[in-house]
Amino acid sequence: MASVPVPAGTARDARSRRSASWAWLGLTPFAAYVLLFLALPTVLALASGLFTKTGAFTWSNLSALGDPAVLSTFASSTWVSLLTAIVGAVVGVLVCYALLGMNPEGAVRQSVDAAAGVLAQFGGVMLAFAFIATIGVQGMVTVFLKDSFGMNIFEGGTWIYEVPGLLLPYIYFQVPLMVITFMPALAALKPQWAEANATLGGTRSSFWLHIGFPVLAPSFLASLLLLFANAFSSYATAAALISQGSQIVPLQIRAALTSETVLGRDNLAGALALGMIIVVGVVMALYSLIQRRAARWQA
Amino acid sequence: MNSLAPSRLTRWIIGILVGAFFAIPLIATFLYTLRDPKGGMSLVNWHKLIDPAFASTLQPIWTGLGNSLVLAVVTVVIVLVLLAPTMILVHLRFPKLRPVFEFLALLPISIPAIVLVVGLSPIYLQIARTLGTGTWTLAFAYGITVLPFAYRAIQASIDAADLRTLSEAARTLGAGWPTVVIKVLAPNLRQGLLAASLISVAVVLGEFTIASLLNRQVFQTAMVVVRNQDPYLPAIFTLLALLLVFVLLLIIGRAARGHRKARS
Repeated sequence: MASVPVPAGTARDARSRRSASWAWLGLTPFAAYVLLFLALPTVLALASGLFTKTGAFTWSNLSALGDPAVLSTFASSTWVSLLTAIVGAVVGVLVCYALLGMNPEGAVRQSVDAAAGVLAQFGGVMLAFAFIATIGVQGMVTVFLKDSFGMNIFEGGTWIYEVPGLLLPYIYFQVPLMVITFMPALAALKPQWAEANATLGGTRSSFWLHIGFPVLAPSFLASLLLLFANAFSSYATAAALISQGSQIVPLQIRAALTSETVLGRDNLAGALALGMIIVVGVVMALYSLIQRRAARWQA
Repeated sequence: MNSLAPSRLTRWIIGILVGAFFAIPLIATFLYTLRDPKGGMSLVNWHKLIDPAFASTLQPIWTGLGNSLVLAVVTVVIVLVLLAPTMILVHLRFPKLRPVFEFLALLPISIPAIVLVVGLSPIYLQIARTLGTGTWTLAFAYGITVLPFAYRAIQASIDAADLRTLSEAARTLGAGWPTVVIKVLAPNLRQGLLAASLISVAVVLGEFTIASLLNRQVFQTAMVVVRNQDPYLPAIFTLLALLLVFVLLLIIGRAARGHRKARS
């Protein structure tokens, strides 16, 4: 909303200018808070990768990012995130499609929205527990399959406590996140476009091929990037499932934080944090770039 | 009827397949809590919640839950007393700052909690020296974690209400700024403030990363501790907590929809 212009030189102008300078003071508590608990920790985390314990500048911690052990962790994190992002995005799109045309005020939509919110954002450790109770060594499904069909899902080793065990719980929070982020784009597709297409002799499939998919492609790509960043930065589910080791980057940061020296380096946690924020930062920057482009269709 | 919508059959097929994937772990977790270690099914695990014999096993969870509730309250206070007034101030007096403010408020989405914790640990060493090691101090970090969620909820309300006219009317009638904010603006933003508070409670109850790596005992870290002694109890609390957050989000959604309906 535009503010009402006040003629220059009036008493009101002088008063509002004076109070504007006082109003700046009102911003300081929040600014100080964000500086202290968002900016400072981020800078400290990134800088700690560049200094030794005694405070001298060094590149040696950063060179840890080239260590084969670290590279392989980044590789595991990348493929877990990529795979669960793709599966989550595709399944999520199907859910959005199924929800299309349902009354947004209806009980189904309301429940799906709330459930998606719970699982996408607040699950964490609890999702790990649910999957341990389901497909853990003593899980219900594991025992059921063994008793009823003589099938041992852990024949090749107890993969649930390894990287492959992350896949199902991760997909379990990726799909709901996709529903939350992609639904607005799909809902913004105008039925009039389909009608125009039909009037001009197009079919349902020609609508999706020439109109639907091209319009939705940027939103889909943006959501895919968000899902990737989400899985890449996720810690809680993995930490509750895998109690020891450095299988993915967040768990390697845990190892670096809880023990003095990992891979013979002092400030490995800082270097790992730097590597992680570069990956997530680039992905999120791309996300907001594409999202801005996609938003054109959602007006 | 939306002509883009899928057929009833397609909708049912997707609903059943995806629904099954999401229902199975939850149903399995519920059945798991009913498993009697002596064989068969019973409520024996649920009975432990009130059984004095299991009081010491459960102690970490009650302590953690208590800490988490205190944290939730302090975090909500940060949202209502620090974030909300600043957002009103930016909206009324510094509209040009809004893009910067929005960028800052949404920034925590792009900074993984696990990265933040690396930088928070030296800060919390200082805090421990000055404010003590009380769990409540974690709320400063949680205020940042909930920032994007709370910002979105409050901003939606600010955009929907005409704060400028309201505040000018109240000022003309002689109200001071504190009265304007508390008695005039806040009631008009109550839906956004309520949503922001409930989401903050949900985030704090589910937070694990920061608490665990800064060695504070909260609800989620307590469940991990108790799991080593009794795997059934965390499963019970998992179901209860997920259900609680689901209800919280249902209330937020319903309030938001009622609000929109009333306006249109």
